[in-house]
Amino acid sequence: MSKKYNGIVIFYGVWVLILIILPLLIVFAISFIDGDIYDLSSVSFTLDNYKQAFSKNYFGVMTKSIWMALECNIICFLIGYPIAYIISEMKSKNRNIMVLLLLAPMWSNFLLRTYSWMVVLGNNGPINSLLKSIGVGSVQLMYNDFGVILGMVYNFLPFMILPIYLSLTRIDSGLVEAAKDLGATNKNVFFRVKFPLSIPGVFSGTTLVFLPAITSFVISRLLGGGQYILIGNLIEHKLVVQQEWQVGSAIAVVLMIILLAFLAVLRKVARNKLELSLW
Amino acid sequence: MSRKIAIIGLIIILFVSFVFTGCSGNKKVLNVYNWGSYMDPDIIEKFEDEYDIKVNYREYPTNEELYIKLKSGSGDFDVIFPSDYMLEKMIKEDMLAKIDMDNIENYQYINDRFKGLAYDADEEYSVPYFWGTLGILYNHTVITEPVDSWDILWDEKYSKQILVLDSQRDSIAMALKRLGYSLNTTNDDELEEAKQSLIEQKPLVLAYVIDEVKNMMIQGEAVLALTWSGEAVDILDNTEDASYAVPKEGSNLWFDVAAIPKNSPNKEEAELFIDFLTRPDIALQNTEWVGYSTPNAAAYEMLDEEIKSLESYYPSDEVLDKCEVFIDLGEYNNIYGDIWLDVKIAD
Amino acid sequence: MVKTVKKISIGLVMLFLYLPIIVLMIYSFNSSEFLGVWEGFSFKWYAELVRNAELKEALYYTISIAVLATIIATIIGVFVSVGLYYSSSKLKKAVTTANYLPIVNPDLITGISLMIFFVILRIRFGFSTMLLAHIIFDVAYVIVVVLPKLMHIDFAQIEAAMDLGAKRITILFKIILPQIKQGILAGALLAFTMSIDDFVISFFTAGNRATNLSISIYSMARRGIKPYVNALATLMFVGIILLILLINKINNEKEEKGRLLNYE
Repeated sequence: MSKKYNGIVIFYGVWVLILIILPLLIVFAISFIDGDIYDLSSVSFTLDNYKQAFSKNYFGVMTKSIWMALECNIICFLIGYPIAYIISEMKSKNRNIMVLLLLAPMWSNFLLRTYSWMVVLGNNGPINSLLKSIGVGSVQLMYNDFGVILGMVYNFLPFMILPIYLSLTRIDSGLVEAAKDLGATNKNVFFRVKFPLSIPGVFSGTTLVFLPAITSFVISRLLGGGQYILIGNLIEHKLVVQQEWQVGSAIAVVLMIILLAFLAVLRKVARNKLELSLW
Repeated sequence: MSRKIAIIGLIIILFVSFVFTGCSGNKKVLNVYNWGSYMDPDIIEKFEDEYDIKVNYREYPTNEELYIKLKSGSGDFDVIFPSDYMLEKMIKEDMLAKIDMDNIENYQYINDRFKGLAYDADEEYSVPYFWGTLGILYNHTVITEPVDSWDILWDEKYSKQILVLDSQRDSIAMALKRLGYSLNTTNDDELEEAKQSLIEQKPLVLAYVIDEVKNMMIQGEAVLALTWSGEAVDILDNTEDASYAVPKEGSNLWFDVAAIPKNSPNKEEAELFIDFLTRPDIALQNTEWVGYSTPNAAAYEMLDEEIKSLESYYPSDEVLDKCEVFIDLGEYNNIYGDIWLDVKIAD
Repeated sequence: MVKTVKKISIGLVMLFLYLPIIVLMIYSFNSSEFLGVWEGFSFKWYAELVRNAELKEALYYTISIAVLATIIATIIGVFVSVGLYYSSSKLKKAVTTANYLPIVNPDLITGISLMIFFVILRIRFGFSTMLLAHIIFDVAYVIVVVLPKLMHIDFAQIEAAMDLGAKRITILFKIILPQIKQGILAGALLAFTMSIDDFVISFFTAGNRATNLSISIYSMARRGIKPYVNALATLMFVGIILLILLINKINNEKEEKGRLLNYE
């Protein structure tokens, strides 16, 4: 029946192989090398890079990154879900504009908006000035966990809201009506009909927030005052600043494997526990 | 619906072709690769007009990114502006072309003091572009004691009001100089000491920053900062409260230089451009726009007395004598990098 | 009461999202070159924008690549998603998992690996390499958004259509696409968002020819970002908001017309 479409899948399979996997194989190869990558004759196989990648220091960085990304993800969910829900209940013409307005701030330059946050959060900035004037005194809002997580949430919130909103709007209104006809309260309608059906959206949102949050490095550098070395910063330091591509690649490969494994587990859990086919 | 697509498609085609009509066709092209905000755009225009050469001007954020772009061969550049240690590294790795100094007539105007320094002793690969020192920018209304030693950046009195550069060589240099060692040392014990002192300093540091220094000092978020002279001058121009000092233990004298990559497709034009930049009137215009100290003696003469007298801008020989230039450390580059990483990861 | 709570919540979130944007715009009118201290109103940064030819070039590259990549990636992404929807589990599992790679990987790895890859293949760097790189990750995002939407389609409809002898193309355009329209738009929006602000991948795939706004802005990191960047961002932002409002107005008018026509 779908020979034609299988052609497309093969096309994309080849595309992915050549344009995504092949370049990554280069990185993979570099992670096993000892020697100058520009002078292939000097090169030899080694596992040292991986030994370094698993060193106590770096593993600490990895766990910190995962932890902060998780915090960010949870906060994005707690704020994002209600907002997605509210928007999904709006009139159709208002909804569309809301979605656009949600995404629009993300079209401005990343650095610029992060610098603007630094102005807002500074000890002499508007928030602290307000706090000082009402007698609370100034609070350190930057260069700490708060600042970094705030920055992350700010930049990833729309990406949590969008998929959840999409899945909520897809719910057949017939289902909701049927439930109500059968006497379900609004609360039940939500918890037993809407929420379960929106879970794929939550998962989508999580993949669009959690994964990139782990690898971000600009937010932690600027709002963390260079004191937050997350896995993204580590890889950047190894790859660009130190030109140690071998170790940098090893760290990246380990990260890739961990995240792909996480995705696989997520998918299995969804299938087995929730009978959801995520993809 | 399909009409809308057609209109959008048309707009896109027009737009894209607009970009491509920028391609000059038969004109000679010069590919210049520089730091951001590091050359007066008017100078580029002047060059294009005088010599009828189209300049393809692109920018990079750090030496290391420049290095990667060049080494990978993903694009050919004709003129680049590495820092001193990066120039040396590139020379060692045979990435640069020797400049035919006969074509750089204006080289004569460069201050002799800045010629033939360690990173390019034979004066074959570079022409100095801008220079400066590494020092302490501070708020002198808050800090009433004399600021003449690196020790003040370890002073608990100013805890959480200190900014340090997020730049490994500069910050490790600060620690090394304070301990009385060379900032190019490859002595493991000295380096370990420096690392420990940086870790000691960490609790007092508000943040490790790069350009945010200026905004934060102006906003009053910090009172002390490790920074470069060129940046400091920006602040000094704008507020009465700040001062800049190079500590008595000595510091770093840095240079950004113009160089030509080995596979430059337009070497002649590149040398023409470098010569043009070294012309006294052009160097003058550039230093006034960029705001960094010029190594061009003739241009220096033409500067306002006010600027010439700024100690931070053009320090005395006494200060310069105490400063060292960075050299490429070869293998030890990675060790410095690891030290810095350890400092930043440390709790 | 519930309605007000809802309105306040949306308002707060919007305030949160737009706060730095407003700050950014305010400082584009600041006569001081430093962020954070207001020294008086001035248009001088806007004036400087006009002088700056390099920034204009960067702007053209940014917009043309973002728009082109979005359109191409959305088309490819939608067709691939539909294809995946129909296909068998093994191939589908492999391809969709691999599709996550550009999303999972740090930008730096994607950027540098593509750079090395293109160098090995001796491809000439420039607009096309940057565009290709953008399309690669944009397609991944489109698929991630569109594929789940396809899951919601009642397969019975498709079966029925097939039983009635409908061609695959008809099924695609009359049944599938209309139902995932929102997903397609969302995917396109997401792709556009990722492309318009990309620095790392663009930097390494640009060669010596191409550039974009993010590259220009990040390259100012050592010297400090001068407010003419704020001015440009402000203009772009106002432009985008006006565009959104305009599109919305046109859509509403169309709906109004549609509704009126229905009553005739």
